[in-house]
Amino acid sequence: MLAVPTEYYLALSAILFTIGVIGVLIKRNPIVIFMCIELMLNAVNLTFIAFGRHFAQINGQMYVIFVMAVAAAEVTVGLGIIVAVFRTKDTIDVDEVNLLKF
Amino acid sequence: MQAAFFGVIAFLSILSAILMVMNRNPVRSALFLVANFALLAVLYLTLAAQFIAAVEIIVYAGAIMVLFLFVLMLLSLGASHALRERGGLQPLVAIILGLIFLASLSAAGAIGTLGPGQATPQWVKNGGTVKAIGTALFDPRLPWLFPFEVTSILLLVAVVGAIVLAKRRV
Repeated sequence: MLAVPTEYYLALSAILFTIGVIGVLIKRNPIVIFMCIELMLNAVNLTFIAFGRHFAQINGQMYVIFVMAVAAAEVTVGLGIIVAVFRTKDTIDVDEVNLLKF
Repeated sequence: MQAAFFGVIAFLSILSAILMVMNRNPVRSALFLVANFALLAVLYLTLAAQFIAAVEIIVYAGAIMVLFLFVLMLLSLGASHALRERGGLQPLVAIILGLIFLASLSAAGAIGTLGPGQATPQWVKNGGTVKAIGTALFDPRLPWLFPFEVTSILLLVAVVGAIVLAKRRV
């Protein structure tokens, strides 16, 4: 039935998620780290939709809607925190902002 | 034909993701991320999720990326103020750890087989339309109505939190 097997979509999703993980590990600008987190969320969304189509269920797309809502809330609060940190410390380099590090 | 189309879109999305991570200028990273979102929306269309594809463009490529670019411009962290990147061993170690992570994901995926897809042509035609999504979302017999209402509280909390963080003196 499927022209493109679901496994291909899952492999693409795994690769995109891995690129996001590597980005979180190597970047020091928290805004770019947030972008990498968005990339990871989108990779997971692709998995949900691929499985939803594979099993002919609407549930995968429902989950994606909630993931998008949570991502929007997360970005709003996260960028607010970044602006607040920049205002108090004049830098947002994640290696400089280490007050919570033991 | 469809496999070739998927291959091109998948290659471009991986390429844009890699360029996003490699780029030193955060504004260019944001633009590559927008390209990645658009390509993923195309993939959602091939997976019979028309409504999700439209929402992906509107919410991610529209709203969230505008927020990112707005903060980047507000803090003037463009090309001239690019943070110096980590040198030495850290990127190498990160890439090795990432490849190990990818290998473990592949190993987890190789345990079982999915079997043939169960989507009928009828489902592909109607599975992801606005009507199907809305009917499922607001059907009291399905478990999605309560999470939908809770989402409104989550967004309200996010709005209040953003205002509290942005104010100088609360």
